[in-house]
Amino acid sequence: MSKPSNEGFFWLLFSAGGVVAAVFIPVLLFLFGVAFPLGWLPQPSYEHLLTLARSPLARIFLFVVCSLPLFHWAHRFRFTLYDGLQVKHLNEAIFVLCYGGALVGTLLSGYLLLKI
Amino acid sequence: MAEKIVLEIARYAPEKDEKPSFQSFEVPFRKEWVVLDALNHIKDKVDGSLTYRWSCRMGVCGSCGMMVNGEPKLTCATFLSSYGNGATVRVEPLRYFPVIRDLVTALSDFLVKLQSVKPWLIRKDEPPLSAGEFLQTPEQLDIYKQFSMCINCTLCYAACPVVGLEPTFVGPAALALAQRYNMDNRDQGAEERLGLLAHPEGIWGCTFVGECTRVCPKHVDPAGAIQQYKLKAALEWVKGFILPRGSEDQSKEVRP
Repeated sequence: MSKPSNEGFFWLLFSAGGVVAAVFIPVLLFLFGVAFPLGWLPQPSYEHLLTLARSPLARIFLFVVCSLPLFHWAHRFRFTLYDGLQVKHLNEAIFVLCYGGALVGTLLSGYLLLKI
Repeated sequence: MAEKIVLEIARYAPEKDEKPSFQSFEVPFRKEWVVLDALNHIKDKVDGSLTYRWSCRMGVCGSCGMMVNGEPKLTCATFLSSYGNGATVRVEPLRYFPVIRDLVTALSDFLVKLQSVKPWLIRKDEPPLSAGEFLQTPEQLDIYKQFSMCINCTLCYAACPVVGLEPTFVGPAALALAQRYNMDNRDQGAEERLGLLAHPEGIWGCTFVGECTRVCPKHVDPAGAIQQYKLKAALEWVKGFILPRGSEDQSKEVRP
């Protein structure tokens, strides 16, 4: 029962990432992993997708879809390590590893999305 | 063939035993009997020293919670017939609690945690009696009613892996009860409770395993209450981040 915590911030990222992952990733997987390859839907051309991906809205969307689920993973994995392996003394290292990993992934996706 | 069921009961007498051991009792298998009836049969007819808590026999008092075949159960609501004739059923004290004797656990730690969430109506202003009752509409009652059904049986503590790992975790029932008062429109203590509970041993200790809700005999849904509470706390954090408050006197009534 001590210091006020910023846990709410990480929980919001976790929560938002979970929603994004649950709502959008199955749609993307269905379209690009099943429907297009099997010919259920007409396959868009590479040029068409590239133009689409370069539009600002698509970039923001892809950035959100890449970044937030990483923070969802970070939170889940942090508690999986924390409770599952019961390595309480490594809590700070785990914290840095998980959220740091998500941050690196976020920066990388931002960089790649800007470059396309 | 007479119908029988075997109860393997955890026995522990602190004055002579170093650790708990199991003792088997054969009891009649009667389909209208619950595990508590079988325990009462043993106490009345076989071994009067068997020690356990019970009171109402109808799922209201919350005192007869035990581990039955490894699951936290109210023994007054767990029928022998769900295990079948000839079965062996293991009865142990609720997990994660210190054992006082046989099936009786120590509740003092839980009671301290319960009290720490201030589970009562907190008022900043107390109107005079002449102002009459605090009226509440059925809709206002419905908002928190589910969370008010808790009977403090502590099954959710025995089910929660976080309670097992973190003895300081406030735990499901107490957090759900805090949320019950937060959502009561007569209460003005949400902000005070938030300060007490938005920390790693409070709501942020919960990793949403959800076992508390699964074992709750009164369908309180503590896991749901804690998630609601987390959202509220997180939004308060955002508010505090965007609009930092300098002093306490700006504190205002927080309504869910």
